[in-house]
Formats: sequence, structure tokens, C-alpha cells
Amino acid sequence: MTTTTPEAGRSPTRERPRRPGRRPLTLRRRESRAGLALVTPTLLVVVAVIGIPIVWTVVLAFQRVRLATLRRTGLFGELTLDNVDRVLHTPGFAETLWTTVVYSAGGTVGSILVGLVAALVVRRPFPGRTVVRASMLLPYVAPVVAMTFVWQVMLDPQIGFVNDWGRRFLGWDAPVPFLSQESTALWTVIAFEAWRYFPFAFLFLLARLQAVPAELEEAARVDGATPTQRFRHILLPQLMPVIALIGVLRFIMTFNKFDDVYLLTGGSAGTEVVSVRVYQFLTARTDIGAAAAQAVVLAVVLIVFVAIYLRFFGGRREEA
Amino acid sequence: MDRDRIETVSLRWLRRLVIAAFLVVTLLPFWYMLVLSVRPIERLLLDPGSLLVPFGELTVATYAEVLRSVEDGGQGFLAFIRNSGIVALAATALTLVIAIPGAYAVSRLRFFGRRQVSALFLAVYLFPSIVIAIPLFVVFTRAGLRGSLVGLVLVYISQTLPVSVYMLKNYFETIPVSLEESAAIDGAGRLGIIRRVSLPLAAPSVMAVALYDFMIAWNEFLFALLFLVDRPNRWTVSLGLSLLADGVEVPKTVLMAGSVILTLPIVILFFASERLLTEGLTSGAEKG
Repeated sequence: MTTTTPEAGRSPTRERPRRPGRRPLTLRRRESRAGLALVTPTLLVVVAVIGIPIVWTVVLAFQRVRLATLRRTGLFGELTLDNVDRVLHTPGFAETLWTTVVYSAGGTVGSILVGLVAALVVRRPFPGRTVVRASMLLPYVAPVVAMTFVWQVMLDPQIGFVNDWGRRFLGWDAPVPFLSQESTALWTVIAFEAWRYFPFAFLFLLARLQAVPAELEEAARVDGATPTQRFRHILLPQLMPVIALIGVLRFIMTFNKFDDVYLLTGGSAGTEVVSVRVYQFLTARTDIGAAAAQAVVLAVVLIVFVAIYLRFFGGRREEA
Repeated sequence: MDRDRIETVSLRWLRRLVIAAFLVVTLLPFWYMLVLSVRPIERLLLDPGSLLVPFGELTVATYAEVLRSVEDGGQGFLAFIRNSGIVALAATALTLVIAIPGAYAVSRLRFFGRRQVSALFLAVYLFPSIVIAIPLFVVFTRAGLRGSLVGLVLVYISQTLPVSVYMLKNYFETIPVSLEESAAIDGAGRLGIIRRVSLPLAAPSVMAVALYDFMIAWNEFLFALLFLVDRPNRWTVSLGLSLLADGVEVPKTVLMAGSVILTLPIVILFFASERLLTEGLTSGAEKG
């Protein structure tokens, strides 16, 4: 995906056998210079607003910084391990990490499964397919604040229709406070995650499904394979590399997520994930050092997970 | 009947059922939002289970209240819309100005580090934004940019650049080089070629990228929360809605009107450009 077709960017003049002399070199040099000049603004913004802050967070993690003392602290003050120590020993550290892992794994698996079913059902043309496909993408593109708010009201014990229907049609004795009791909150957040992000998996799986050669399936049909067998032995193996890729991407994105959990529960009722904890350190306690240390922990854990994944599955993708 | 026949027939029906279920599950929250936004709060408390607006209940007072400025007893969403609009449009325009030359260079020109640029962008795209948020919070507090929309625009540009460059690069690669060469022979310079040849040809994809950038900036929440929370007159629609929803003073139906206002522009833009957007994002994905 990242590499370009080597010939596309070259002009035919350069494909000619090289004559001894300087002209090809200068052309090449001019091209290189123009390339660097054109890409510089992009690089500047990315380095200034993303690159430097990342490095800086790591430095802050080993400094004693609070918002109140901010103006007096130098850029490279004394380094200390206090923050890391404090973060590791603040109550709830391990639970938060575990919650984040469960939340990310649940959200990833849920969204991929739902997305796979969605891709399979709208694969073949039918009347109204375009509208159906576009509607299925809506949860993903709509503003997260509006979506979390609607879910909150929908599931509200007093004014939400879910509890009203549950009591009327399903015989629930009492309204269920989905987002504020420990037994349901995390699962509700995971369900939200699956609902909001299945379109991501759906889009990529659908694109891949449509690229599966029709002859493959036709041949299997002629050989007497039933639809479920065709799915199991023809389509699924074709989809596996994409599923693996979406799996990593979604896991990383969910692991980093702040908005969804913060807006749905504020991190209460056993749903506190690492990024919400970072935010609490940063704003409620105004302890910048601890916030940075906690953020570094988040990044390190994530890098370890991705490294493990690539170690075990990276090779297998090549074979598939 | 053999197994193949049974499966084919039952799957055909299952498929219809599942499509219907998907439509209900994805659209119901949007419908619910719309219905609640036009019901008076007293009626909602009496009959929370209704998914239709009972006859005679319909009201638009909720919209009037949410849009009115705070001085006039409303919630001031008109000002939030203005803030969101300014930030999103500025971020979109500036992202394009920066991303177009960058994407052109990555797709066409060989220069030192060209391969690494793409890898760098992927890494940046997947890095936790909360990690970046801490030092930005510190810097902006020091530089007095916290509470200003300029800082927010800067952050949004950096957030949308990687994907914008990636999408544009993919499209530039599909434009035949020969077109650019004939322009070069006619004496056009590098920037002239981009402006006169590549850009007009890439117009649909530039449009798609612009829409993507606008949506990201319009929907964004975390950085708006970190930078603008103390300045109610600078709040974006997302931030305003979430902060008002935390309290109990504002009726939920009024806030639902607010979420319709927040969601509607995005839904309209999305339906107008759905094909453009999805093709831009997934091009290359079918290769696996």
C-alpha cells in the first residue's frame, strides 16, 4: 500500500540508456530538490505538532511538573523516576490497564464480526443497495458527541425507550442503569464500540469481497460446494489477510480511544481506560508529570502488543 | 431437497432479514434523536417508549431555545456553530494547501527519504492522541494559545494531514505521467504542472479529502475539550453539547435538538459524497 509502482513516477526520458555526461544527474538532482521542497510543509507540521510533543511527553514523564509550577519549570529540569513510581502505585493502575485490554479486544472483535456479516449481506446487488450501504456507514461518520448522547438517553432508566420497552415487552422488574452499574457498563461501552466502528471493517471487507474472482466461487459451486462451504473454504481464506490487518488497526485505535468512554460513562462503573486516566491526571489533579508517565505507559504497552502481534502473525500474512 | 438447495433458500431469507435488522440498528438512534428533538420534555417523561411523535405534540420550541444566545435565555448554539464552522473550514483549507504539494511529491518525485515519509505517517496516524495532548496543553498554556481557535486549527491540520496525503497520493499516481510531460515540454514549471494539470484532474479526490478533513474537524472532541473548556464563547458544537449534557439544567429534548444540529451537516455532506469518500479511503484495499 505504501510503495508506489516504480515506473509510474518516472518520465520516459530517464529510461533511455545513460549517456556519459552530466545531464541525467542534474535532472535527478532537481527532481529530488523539488520533492523535498514540496514535502517540507507537511513534514514541518507533523514534526512540530506531533513529533516534538511525543518526545516531550517522554521527557515530562521523568520530570516533576504541575500546572501550578509550570511557569517556573525549565524545559529540561531535573530528571526523576517519581512520576512512574507514583503512576504504578496509584490505586487502580492494574484494573485500568486490564479494562483497556478487555475494552479494546471486545470492541475490535465485535466490530469485525458485525462488519463481516454486513459485508456478506450487501455483497450482491439488490434494489436500494446504495442507500443501505450508505446508511450502514452513518454510525462511523456521525459526530461522536451526538452518538454517545443519544445512546445515553436511549439507555436512560427514566426517559430512555430501551428500559420502557424492556419493562413493557420483556418483563424487566426494574429499569437497568446500563451505563452506571458495574455489571453492565463495560459491556454496554463495548457494544457501542461494535455499533460505531463496524462500518470501518465493513468498508474494507466489502472492497475485498468484491475483488474475489467470480470464477473461484463458480468452480466451487460446480464441484458441489454449498453456500456455507463456499464461505468457509473460498471466501474466508481470501478475507483473512484483510481481517488480520483490520484487527491490528482497530485494536490500536480502540486502545488509544478517549472520547467514547469519557463521553458515555466518564470512566465510572469500572470503565476507566488508560487514556481517560491520563486525562484525569492532567485536569483534575493538574499533575502533568504523572499524566505524561501514564501516557508513556499507554504507548509502551501498545508498542509491546503490536510487536508481539507482528512477531506471531506478521510472517503468516505473507503466506496467505 | 439437498443441502445446497436448503442452504440457498434459507440464506436468501436470512439475508433479507439481516439487512432489515442492520437498517433498524444503524438508523434507529438517528430516528430517536430526531423524534426526541421535536417533543416537549413533559410529554417525554410521561411516555418515554414512543418512537413516533404523537399527533399534536410536535414542537420546534426546542430548536429555538438551543439556538438562542445565552443572553436571550437560550443555549447559544448559533455561536457554537460559528466557531465550529470557522475552525473546520480553516483547518480544511490549510490542510489542502499543505497536503497537495506533499502528496504530489510523494507520488511523483524521487527524493531522499520518500519511502520513509509514508511509514512515518502511518506511525503518526496510529499514535495515541492523548500522548500528544499533554505537551500541547503545556505549550499552548505557556504561549497563551489555550482558549484560542488558532491553536485548535493547528492541531486539526496535524491530525488530518497523514490521511489526506495518503488519499491524494493514491489519486495522483493514477494520473498518466505523459500528460504532465507534455505540459513540461510546453514549458510549464513544477508548480504550474501541479496547478494546471494534476489538480484539475484530481478534483474529485481533492473534494473527497476536503470533506474528510471537514468532518474530522467538525466532529473532534478531545482537543476542543482540553483547549477551550474555560472559554464558553469559543466552544465548538461538539464541546458545547457534551458540557451541557453533563448538567441537569437543560432539558434532554433541547439537547437532542442540539445533537440534530451537530449531526445534520455531517449526514448531508456524507450522503452527497458517499461514493467519493469510500472509494478514496479504500482504494488499494482490495489488493489486501
